[in-house]
Amino acid sequence: MTLEIIGISVLWLFLFGYVIIGSIDFGAGFFNAYSIVTNRQHILTRIIQRYLSPVWEVTNVFLVFFFVGIVGFFPKTAFYYGTVLLVPVSFAIILLAIRGSYYAFTTYGGLKHKRYAVLYGLSGLLIPASLSIVLTISEGGFVSIVKKEPVIDYWALFTSPLNWSIVVLSLSAVLYISAVFLTWYADYAKDVKATHLMRRYALIWAAPTIITAAGIIVELADHNPEHYERLVDLWWLFALSVVLFAGTVYFIWRRSSYFAAVWLMIGQFLLAFFAYGFSHYPYLLYPHLTIYDGFTNEAMAISLVIVFIAGLGLLLPSLYLLLKLFLFNKEYVQGKEDGHV
Amino acid sequence: MGNEEAVFFSRVLTELTLSFHIIYATIGVGIPLMIMIAQWVGIKKQDEHYILLARRWTRGFVITVAVGVVTGTAIGLQLSLLWPKFMELAGNVIALPLFMETFAFFFEAIFLGIYLYTWDRFENQRKHLLLLIPVAIGASFSAVFITNVNAFMNAPQGFDLVEGQLINVSPLIAMFNPAMPTKVAHVVVTAYMTSAFVLASIAAYRLLKGSEHAYHKKSLFLTMKLGLVFSIASAIIGDFSGKYLAEYQPEKLAAAEWHFETEGGAPLVLYGVLKDGEIKYALKIPFALSILAHSNPTAEVTGLDEFPEDEVPPLYIHYLFDIMVTIGMWMALLSLIYVLGTLKKWRFISAPWFRWLLVLGGPLSILAIEAGWWLDEVGRQPWILRGIMRTKDAATTSGQVDIMLLLFAGLYLVLGVASVVVLSRMFRKNTVEQELSDRASEKAGVEK
Repeated sequence: MTLEIIGISVLWLFLFGYVIIGSIDFGAGFFNAYSIVTNRQHILTRIIQRYLSPVWEVTNVFLVFFFVGIVGFFPKTAFYYGTVLLVPVSFAIILLAIRGSYYAFTTYGGLKHKRYAVLYGLSGLLIPASLSIVLTISEGGFVSIVKKEPVIDYWALFTSPLNWSIVVLSLSAVLYISAVFLTWYADYAKDVKATHLMRRYALIWAAPTIITAAGIIVELADHNPEHYERLVDLWWLFALSVVLFAGTVYFIWRRSSYFAAVWLMIGQFLLAFFAYGFSHYPYLLYPHLTIYDGFTNEAMAISLVIVFIAGLGLLLPSLYLLLKLFLFNKEYVQGKEDGHV
Repeated sequence: MGNEEAVFFSRVLTELTLSFHIIYATIGVGIPLMIMIAQWVGIKKQDEHYILLARRWTRGFVITVAVGVVTGTAIGLQLSLLWPKFMELAGNVIALPLFMETFAFFFEAIFLGIYLYTWDRFENQRKHLLLLIPVAIGASFSAVFITNVNAFMNAPQGFDLVEGQLINVSPLIAMFNPAMPTKVAHVVVTAYMTSAFVLASIAAYRLLKGSEHAYHKKSLFLTMKLGLVFSIASAIIGDFSGKYLAEYQPEKLAAAEWHFETEGGAPLVLYGVLKDGEIKYALKIPFALSILAHSNPTAEVTGLDEFPEDEVPPLYIHYLFDIMVTIGMWMALLSLIYVLGTLKKWRFISAPWFRWLLVLGGPLSILAIEAGWWLDEVGRQPWILRGIMRTKDAATTSGQVDIMLLLFAGLYLVLGVASVVVLSRMFRKNTVEQELSDRASEKAGVEK
């Protein structure tokens, strides 16, 4: 395994981490807002608050880790993506900023208002939408090099069916991931009403997720045949992912094991996410930048890997402690204990 | 939009983001240490007041941390969005501390979450205090690593540039550059100092507004003592920073001190204005600049005459230097008088006029932090990476920077106003007196 592959795999893994816990977070905000609008607030709010409160800041760090890491391992991405992403990423930052601080303001500062909760829920959908545009851009066809500077064609981007399919997938995946997780969480908290509601949302969003995902593969055949071919070569990974998807839906449908459903769902996305990643190899940006010509020097790469391993040694026990104290602590989840400052 | 405009708006947007972020970042670095000290004193003395102090500071801290996190994410991404060519080079050489910072931040975020939600969960309060240590370490090390990157921008090393190609990159040499020791120490210690004075300012304000509760007096005395210690440390480190500049960035020192011609026995110019190249109304301290730069009253200090005109930083940084140093000295003096006065029971330190001075100390310290960062950043111009890359060559070529500037200005306005409103509501609704009596009755109920 080369350093390039190690670098991109580590980053891809952290991005996957962000996709999962970010989705739970964004989806939770949306379901919360939706239940307020439909006057069912009492069912969900408590469950969602209990999950989100101790972890909201950690979610954000996964994203920071990814973008700092990618500039470290692949400095040329700063040059290619930095210029063209100014607008979509700035929008995402602003939404993230409003969302994150608003969360702290309401939870710790007691600032509460129905209207803001709705805005909060909607912002959680706009963030994945604006961030997923980066994936569309990476497929190539939207960035050209003019006078040695990368230039983006916004018109082509906004009229591209591929782009809109990716945006739709990001939205339905966010809601699906979040609903599956919260079904288990509500059940774990012995909250029957919330479990029932979240289970319904999980089943509703299952079909759109798998259909748009399939649709994107079809569109890629047209947009980027090279990538499509490599995708098809990895068909068995996607097939396995679909099997896991079916398993998740089955467990939720039968109400047999929500815990297994969560893990199958994570497995499904892990397989699909990595299969997509492998097939994207070696390009960071079709056709301008590969992981090989974008890579940093060897000295930096080795020191980054060392720091990464050392950092992980610090991080994993801490994350374990966090999960043990809150996510897997029955007393806390069921609301019997509240040690808030 | 021509590229000159893109450079201009990129600079304004970066300056705006940094100026806003640094307020929350500074507080975010310093407050965990203050909370830790208060909680520790509380446990040691078995004094409920100090514990409550830690508790209330923590509540406020969460709000500032939230804004610090989101604006920190903004500046982290803006570096790549607005300065892609700089980040391409920096990524190759100085990515290591940036990467380390994400781990420090991760560590802090995880333990802050735990600390916040485990009040009263432990029988032994010391265990709870232990959870705060990673928060304080993570916060301070975030500052250390980020300042490392800034130090590199001032004194780049650890690589060779041959025909536009980077070779012989050594991440550790880049990280441990000559600017790093003084800069890191200065940033961390002034963050502690500022946090102490901001907290002191709040206590003094409550006392002024009629609450003569012992809680506020303890808070004020504790924070002023800490402020005194850290302001003295800042002054000492400031002296070392002067020596660093004289050696490695003489043009920055010379511009900040309006030292135009190389000479021995150089005087230190404080205050004054510049009119047609002439310094007027300034206070000149003989030999002081030579002492600051080389610890020797007759030593020669390099003047601006030795640099080509297009490499001289803007001369207005002298005013920023004045603001920073004056406030630093003033706060050291003020805290010294307060601490001595408390020990010797001088009456005037409880007088309203003196308390107003203490209240003013918080905002002044923040102003000093801003002035210090502006001095650092503007004083490095025209370079983004001193001697290697000019700011104007590093910026994006995107045409939408001006619109983004407006959007972010709106964002910071909203965040600034909202955080102030939320913080003041939070503490006004639940006063110290109220909370103390609530806790007392709660305890009594348990014991019965």
